[in-house]
Amino acid sequence: MNHIALLMENQPGALSRVIGLFSQRGYNIDSLSVAPTQDETLSRLTMTIGEEGADINQILKQLYKLVDVVMVQNLSEADALTLELAIIKLNKTKAEVEGFFKNYKFEREILDEKDQYTVFKVLGDTQEIEKLLSELKKEEFLEVTRSGTLGMTKGNESLATNDQTKISYD
Amino acid sequence: MAKVMTSGGEALIRALADENVDIIFGYPGGAALHIYDAIYQQDRVQHILVRHEQAATHAADGFARATGKPGVCLVTSGPGATNAITGIATAYMDSIPLVVISGQVPNHLIGTDAFQETDMMGISRPIVKHSFLVQKPEEIPVIVKKAFHIATSGRPGPVVIDVPKNLTDPNEKFEYKFPSDLYLRSFALYNEAKNSEVKKAVKLLTEAERPVIYAGGGAINSNAAEEIYEFGKLMGCPVTNTLMGLGVYPASDEQFVGMLGMHGTYEANMVMHEADLIMAIGARFDDRITNNPNKFGLQAKKIHIDSDPSSIDKIIDVDVAMTGNAKKVISQINKELKAMNFDNKKFDGWMKKAMQWRAEHGLNHNMLNQKNAGDIILPQQVIQSAYKVTDGKAFVTSDVGQHQMFAAQYYHFNEPRKWINSGGLGTMGFGLPAAMGVKFAFPDETVACITGEGSIQMCIQELSTCGQYGLPIKIINLNNRALGMVKQWQDMQYGGRYSSISYEDSLPDFIKLAESYGHIGMKVEKLSELEVAMEECFALKDKLVFLDVYVDPDEHVYPMLKAGGDMSEMFLSKTEKTFK
Ligand SMILES: Cc1ncc(C[n+]2csc(CCOP(=O)(O)OP(=O)(O)O)c2C)c(N)n1
Ligand SMILES: [Mg+2]
Repeated sequence: MNHIALLMENQPGALSRVIGLFSQRGYNIDSLSVAPTQDETLSRLTMTIGEEGADINQILKQLYKLVDVVMVQNLSEADALTLELAIIKLNKTKAEVEGFFKNYKFEREILDEKDQYTVFKVLGDTQEIEKLLSELKKEEFLEVTRSGTLGMTKGNESLATNDQTKISYD
Repeated sequence: MAKVMTSGGEALIRALADENVDIIFGYPGGAALHIYDAIYQQDRVQHILVRHEQAATHAADGFARATGKPGVCLVTSGPGATNAITGIATAYMDSIPLVVISGQVPNHLIGTDAFQETDMMGISRPIVKHSFLVQKPEEIPVIVKKAFHIATSGRPGPVVIDVPKNLTDPNEKFEYKFPSDLYLRSFALYNEAKNSEVKKAVKLLTEAERPVIYAGGGAINSNAAEEIYEFGKLMGCPVTNTLMGLGVYPASDEQFVGMLGMHGTYEANMVMHEADLIMAIGARFDDRITNNPNKFGLQAKKIHIDSDPSSIDKIIDVDVAMTGNAKKVISQINKELKAMNFDNKKFDGWMKKAMQWRAEHGLNHNMLNQKNAGDIILPQQVIQSAYKVTDGKAFVTSDVGQHQMFAAQYYHFNEPRKWINSGGLGTMGFGLPAAMGVKFAFPDETVACITGEGSIQMCIQELSTCGQYGLPIKIINLNNRALGMVKQWQDMQYGGRYSSISYEDSLPDFIKLAESYGHIGMKVEKLSELEVAMEECFALKDKLVFLDVYVDPDEHVYPMLKAGGDMSEMFLSKTEKTFK
């Protein structure tokens, strides 16, 4: 599992270039999350790429080559924090749902419930969430939606943006 | 300076002129009509009307390959844009700087399946270096400037500018400002290599026993011919060029072992196989070069210079990676080699070995003297005759197939940018329009298009453009009455089952065809008449001549690498091969 953080121009078409690169070169994206940043000209992505045979350095280089991509970082090679949010709806009562959580220590909250169903959110490590989901598979699942992994490096460094490169002509 | 007010259409053409563009190739249509009206009302940019948008892109591409400057074309939305796609992909695969301007339906109609709407940004996305959809007419000059910068810098490539019709409206004027500077975030360019890498490379080069210099199209793109020649002389070792790199090292030089790869010379492929050091310059270890990458250069250390970091370690892992501009990086290396007074005598034996391979199975470049049964013409003889008549000085464009390989093997290119062919995409139909682009760039030079009767029919309509603009191109048609390269594969790998490769009875009379467009057609069927006809064809200086040469339909291109083998495993003729 590789988590890649990427800053790109907040331009129409930029996201499709990033996504297109994956299908075009035969790489698979397991999860993807994207949103604007504090600088409204930039969007930030976190992508998760499964292991199988992917040449991660080649992917990073290809991504960086895209004109709209400002910065790329392989979070899996850095000391990084990663986190995922899932919202889950089950055909269970609140009490039954609480039972499932015995083995998990991540943050959770019930968002909506009635006799026949419970909607709750969990926040935690992607692998933990996947473990929970595979356990819940046996149960009557109504719906699940996941944010995809989000990540950033620890410490006081940031995925710094290059300054605008000035290209002068005489 | 007084304020200049322009419409979007005028701004577009004016910005091209301010980018020093004096010629563009295109074809009009609804969404581009405001732009065409702006073209009509100025005279700094000449518009060449082709007969098919594919030809506009190939002509711009040929212009770019021959001059090193970006080629520009203009097409309308919908079918105009989709017709341009093959040409954009062709340029993309060979890293050729193109700026393709496409008309688009008006902003407010985008996404409604409007008449002649196609999502050009989407369709072209995987085959462009970058693309722009214009959102406001005022930004047109900046977009043009960015497009040219992106198309030409680093690893060059095509850039699309999609322009919605309403943004070129002649009634909506704004102040025209051509930017003097450009701001691009995140656009990394690599020039010189790190000193530590240069030192490492020089160490490997000087410690090697059997080095080879392998240079490709990137070396031409970075105008590194002079530096590579000096480097070759400093090393005194064999030099080979890829199909895309022909001319970057002089073919007549004694160290040149010819083209390598699928149809490379025996000596070039043997040198690559036996080398203990492979120095790749602007070449990307394409599968037509390496054959089976798992069996490639197993004895060799590898150094790779490329302007695109993603080309490095993509197919073949290398020992020293130098991301940079080949011209600059080779200068850095030359400087080191000179400073240390490197004595290249130790490679003499290795160079002799290469010459010995050439003596054993090299190409025969003197076939014009030989007589053939039935006075039949061999395709190789046509190239040798053209080479002789043009004294090796012509620009030669080509299509795709056996004729292309024969041209690459037998026409000795001593200068870069003279051999113009679609190497990466292998686009039949490229040759004639590309030749037009070259001829516009160099009206006084001889331009020949070496083609096949299959390929030439893919853009034959351009004979009309050549008539309109008086382009005296020499079309040398190696007519083997078949899709020869496909037939060769069917011979070698499909037991001679000729599936869909012939059309002998329905071929046009190329002579009459050429004449109907106002050109001269000549037909040659006998070897004894070949050289005279070739002389005559090139002597007709201001006429387009279509020289239809009937060649042996059964000839194959050799050497040919064995599929899945290493670089020493070649078929050498219909009866000989280097492997069991
Ligand atoms: C547009 C396109 N379609 C198909 C091919 C596949 N192809 C490669 S070579 C070739 C035959 C070319 O025939 P011709 O131009 O007569 O050249 P020859 O090999 O006979 O010299 C074909 C069909 C191609 N390269 N390009
Ligand atoms: Mg043919």
